[in-house]
This record gives sequence, structure tokens and C-alpha cells, in this order.
Amino acid sequence: MMQMQSWRKTLEFICIPLGAILAALFAFGIFCAFAGGNPFGVYYSIYRAAFGSWSAFQNTLIRASPLMLSALCTILPARLGLVIIGNEGAIVLGGLGAVAVGLAIQGGAPIIVQLGMALGGMAVGGLWIALVGILRHYRAVNETISSLLMNYIAIALLNQLVEGPMRDPSSLNKPSSYPIADVNMLGNLPGMRVHYGLLFGIIACILAYILIQRTTFGFAARMAGGNLRAAKIAGLPVGKLTIAICFLGGACAGLAGMVEVAAVHGRANISLNSNYGYGGVLVAFVARQNPLAAILVSIMLGGILASAGILQRSHGLPDATALVFQGLVFLSILYSDSLYGRFDFFKERAIATSEV
Amino acid sequence: MNQRPFLSLSRRQVVRGLLASTAFGVARLAAGCSSSGDTADDAAKDAASTGGDDLVVGFIYVGPKDDYGYNQSHAIGAAAMAKIPGIKIVEEANVPETNAVQETMRSMIELDGAKILFPTSFGYFDPHILQLAEEFPEVQFFHCGSVYDEKVHPSNVGSYFGYIDEAQYIAGIVAGETTKTDKLGFIAAKPIPQVLRNINSFTLGARSVNPKATVQVIFTGDWSLPVKESEATNSMADQSIDVVTCHVDSPKVIMETAEKRGIYCSGYHTDQAPLAPKGYLTGAEWDWSSVYTQYAKDLLGGKTLMDGGIPHLLRGGFSDRFCTLSAYGPAVSEKVQADANAVKEKLIANEMAIYQGEIKDNTGKVQIPSDKKYDQKAIELEQMDWLVDGVDGKVAG
Repeated sequence: MMQMQSWRKTLEFICIPLGAILAALFAFGIFCAFAGGNPFGVYYSIYRAAFGSWSAFQNTLIRASPLMLSALCTILPARLGLVIIGNEGAIVLGGLGAVAVGLAIQGGAPIIVQLGMALGGMAVGGLWIALVGILRHYRAVNETISSLLMNYIAIALLNQLVEGPMRDPSSLNKPSSYPIADVNMLGNLPGMRVHYGLLFGIIACILAYILIQRTTFGFAARMAGGNLRAAKIAGLPVGKLTIAICFLGGACAGLAGMVEVAAVHGRANISLNSNYGYGGVLVAFVARQNPLAAILVSIMLGGILASAGILQRSHGLPDATALVFQGLVFLSILYSDSLYGRFDFFKERAIATSEV
Repeated sequence: MNQRPFLSLSRRQVVRGLLASTAFGVARLAAGCSSSGDTADDAAKDAASTGGDDLVVGFIYVGPKDDYGYNQSHAIGAAAMAKIPGIKIVEEANVPETNAVQETMRSMIELDGAKILFPTSFGYFDPHILQLAEEFPEVQFFHCGSVYDEKVHPSNVGSYFGYIDEAQYIAGIVAGETTKTDKLGFIAAKPIPQVLRNINSFTLGARSVNPKATVQVIFTGDWSLPVKESEATNSMADQSIDVVTCHVDSPKVIMETAEKRGIYCSGYHTDQAPLAPKGYLTGAEWDWSSVYTQYAKDLLGGKTLMDGGIPHLLRGGFSDRFCTLSAYGPAVSEKVQADANAVKEKLIANEMAIYQGEIKDNTGKVQIPSDKKYDQKAIELEQMDWLVDGVDGKVAG
């Protein structure tokens, strides 16, 4: 009987998001028809552009990888009941921190420099979000608002530093920091054109899952998130937990910033601010704050982003079409949240139990 | 197949939809209907089979193509290029300056068969274009604004840019003669050399006809900050500044705000006259149509960057038709028009230089001594880090 119940529950978890995606595709098809495209051709193109071939799938993975790390910045604190959307700021400053460390120790062996950059990025990103946790715990400042506003501070700080003290004087029309030497760059995964951010993202998501579900720390965090008073009465160090989990979330986003610097741009400049932070927030909510689901959702969002080009070039649809598609998919998935437990088919057979 | 009725229905719907809202990108809808049956693969086959006839040229923009600004100016140029027989254009807008642009370029090359790429945003150059250029040595990459260096850059990369500050100088003359309060405003994104040069040329133009004129500069800090741009315009209007101009990605908000406040404005990038029919004086516009048409002729003629047939570094001003002036607005008197046109002719004939010493910066330091004259190609002008006397503003902070 137990077997039976969990089977139906699992099916519910698969069917409802799938149904939501189908509903979104249907709505998007109507939109495309209005905008002058053939919906079926559009569906096929999205599939081809995002998953249709190994090359296309790499395109999807490239776009997905920063989103995984970025999403963890929202997912981890969410277990403590905090809604943090400061991912963008943590990414930007993480990238900046990574460059600062990378330039400071650039004489060292590449692996040391890379490690230093990763730690630097994680430390800066972590401290930035930990600050949100501190404000929350000691001063009861709303963490959503403070983390959102801190994004603007972070971006302003980036601009100030790359246009001032950290500026490479030869970067005339796009102020940037000094570049990281080529030998210290992260490069791509073997046999792919996807950088190491993908690997880091997947590992971080799995580690986050283990941390939350399989450790006492994760249990304490979930408990504090469930009922703060009860957690305090039980003697849990809620303040430390808040700050620690914020730090970990921020560190993940900081690592995403480090990857952007060390695998893509090679230097810190305003290109670091490219909305991976907000994409990550989206992923976190659609994944229902589950780190493993975040991997899949990131790949899905990556696929949507990857198909944006084909929609414009082969179907002549406006450039905002991919945004409309993304909005529809995410809206309908979020809405489908309210459908859990509404369908009799997926309900546990309580009657059956009583008959026995 | 059953696509036909669907398509004819959708065309009608499009017309209705467009009447109801202007949110959709307009220009390519009609084209979209006919090609909508294509898939990525078909497109690739098409490119492979018909590639011999048409030269496929890819254009990539960082923002929307209808931004009344930088991206629109390039999209207009691309549309002009598309009219040339033998050229087929593929376009993608809203591509960020991350590895997303590498994927877009790769996809244009591999799926659409593009042999020529125009990734137009400045930030696409390093590292993105440079990396792809190494990987696809047979594809030619033309980039707007960068400085080609044959020692480090691949030979299939070319760079082009215009001395649009010539147009800003003329716009400054128009503003300086039209202003009633002698106070002009310049809303700028960042204190980088390209921007400073425009501010200085505008100021020099204004003060050449009206020595009492001053130019207040506000740096917003980034290329597209509509809220700050509108605040800056309002605060300028409050300070009795009566002509504003700008150097940001999309001047739309600034022009609209100026018109609402009843002051004059001078455009940038493209023609913004429709946004401010009363107050629009003139504007410094890019003339990418002429530049791209020339490129297209060279490319169709078999010239390439690699064999040296097309120069790696292309620059020009009024005389080479890299930039142009918007048509004068109703507020510009005939005398002012005549004055401005006279100076424009002199610039075209190369009879005068904008940066003719002695020129002091606004801290009193002599930046160009009286015996010196910089012509537009001078490298010193590309490294400008000062604001000319008469500008109210600071480069740092």
C-alpha cells in the first residue's frame, strides 16, 4: 500500500509540471499565430535549436550553467524561509573578488591562481549575502527588499571600481579591470565548448541537496524555516544558521561570477551584470526551491534562451518572443503549484486502507 | 499541408494585432509568414544550396531594433544593405555581451551559412569576436568601434567607426545660436573617450557662435537608464537649460521629456524628430546605410579583409558619409541653418579642424597648445580624458 501511495505522489510531481509546460506551449502557439508564425514550425524549431543536436544542446548547456549556481543563492536561504533575490549583486561582486585575487597572485601556478579566484569569488559573494542575513537577524530588515537594493549597490560598486581604482588604462571605451593571464583561465570541459561552470553548477546543486536533506545542519535550517519560535525553543542557534546559509547561497552566486570572469570575459567589467541573477531567482522558484530540480529547470531555461535566435531568424518573430515564451512557461508552472492535491487520481487511497 | 489556412488567418490577425499594440517588432512580420515553415535544418540546407547565389550577412544587436538609438541606427543600415541584390540579411536583436553572442555568431555561421558578420555592440569585440574569428578563419567579422591592431588581431576582423563628433559640432552651433538662456545640457552615459569627444565637440561648436554658452554635463553611469535620463532632463529644464542633447544608447526618453517640458533637444544616433516635433533642432546621426552599402559592394566584388581588399580599419566623418545631420526642426531659423551649413561645408572640404589650439580644459589647463591642430584621425582624440572649457562637469566620479 505504501508503495502504491508514493507511486501516485511521484506521478503527480511529474504530470503537473509536464501539463503546465504543455499548457504554456499551447498558449505560446496562439501567441505565435497572432505574431505571424506557424506554431508547429515554431515548436519544432525550439526543439531543434535547444535539444535537436549535440551542438545545439551545448548551446543550451552554456546558457544553463550560470543559472544553476545563481539559483542556489535563492534556494539555500529559502530553506530557512528567507526570500533572497540578491543573486545579481553576489555574482557581480564575486566576479570582482575573483579578479582581485587572480591579479594579486597571478605569478602562482595556474591551479593555485584558479583556486584563489574561486575562493575569492565565493568569499566576496558569500559575505555580501551574509550581510543580508545579518540585517535580517539582528535588525529585522526585510531580506527580499534589502537583497534587491543591494544589487544596485553591487553594480554601482563594480562600475566605480572598474572605472576607477581597478581600471586598465588601455580599456578606453569599455572600462575594465586588468585582464587575467590566459594560462590562468578556466577553459572548457574536454570535448565540449561548455566551460567548467556547468560542472561546478551540477556539483554545487548536488552538494546543496545533500546539505539540506541529509545533514543535521540542513535539518536545523529546515526546522528554523518551518517554525522560528520552535527552533529557538529547541535551542537552535538561529542567528548563526541564518548567516551561515546566506553565506553559502552567496558563495554559490559568487562562484558563478568567478566562472564568468575566469572562463568567459577574462576581466571584470559591466558585462558581468547580464541578468543571470534574476534568471537564477526564476529557476529557484520554478524548481520549488529544490536544488536537484534546479538543474533541470536551468537546462529548460537555457533551452528557451538558446532558441531565441532561431525564433527571430527563421520565423521572423520579434526579439521579445523568447521572453514571452519564458514568461508563459514560468507563469503556468508557478500556477500549477496550486494544483497539487486537487486531482483525485493522484490522491492517496485512504479508503482502500480503511477497507483492509 | 494544413499550414496554409492557418497562415492566411494569421496574417489578418497580425494587422489587427498591430493596430491594437505596437509592442511587436514591426518590420519583419511580413517576412516571417513566408518562412515560418522552415526549420533550423532546412535553413541550413537552404544556406548550403543557395549560398552560392546570395551572400549571407549576419547582424547582431545588443538591444531592440526599434530603440530610436544605437541599435536602430545599425538596423537601418542593415535594411539598406538588404536591398542590394545578392545580399541576404539575417538579424538577431537583444543579444547580451556574454558567451550568448558567441552562440549567436556560431549559429549564424553554421545554420544560416553566414560568411559575413556585423556584431554591432562594442562589448562583443573582446573576447567574443576575437575567439570566433580564430575558430572560423574564412568568415569575416566587422566590428563597430574597436581599434584593429594587426599585431594581435586575426586578419579576418575589421573595424569601422565614424567621427560623429563632427555632427555634434554642427549640432552645437545650432544649439548655441538657438538657445535663449545660454545654458545647454548634455546627458551622457560614461566618461569614456568617445563620449567626452562628443561633449567637447558639441561645446566647441556652441561656443564658436555663442561664447557665453555653457554646457552642463550629467553622467548617468550606464548606457541605458531611462529613469535617470528622464530625471536628468527634468533637472536640466528646472535649471533653465533650454537645449538638451545626449550620448546614451536610446535618446528616446530624453527627447520625449524635453518636448514635454517645452525645451529644445538635439538628437543622437538616429532621427528622433518624430518624438519631439516642436523642439527637435537637429541631431547627430550615423549614416550606416552608406557605410554598409559600400561594404556590400566591396564584398560582392570579391574583396576580402584577408587579402587586403577591404581595409581593416575604416574611419570617416561627414565627407566619407559615416555620419549626417537630422533635418532641421521648425525652431531653427534660416540664418542658423545657413551658418551651420557653412561650417559643415568647411568640415567636408577639410578647411577647418574642430580641435584647433589653443584649447583649454575646464580646469584651466591647456590641453592643445595654440600651435597645434589635431585632425580627426589624431590618436590623441581617441584617448581624450578631459572636458573643454565651458563644460560644467567633471570626468572623475
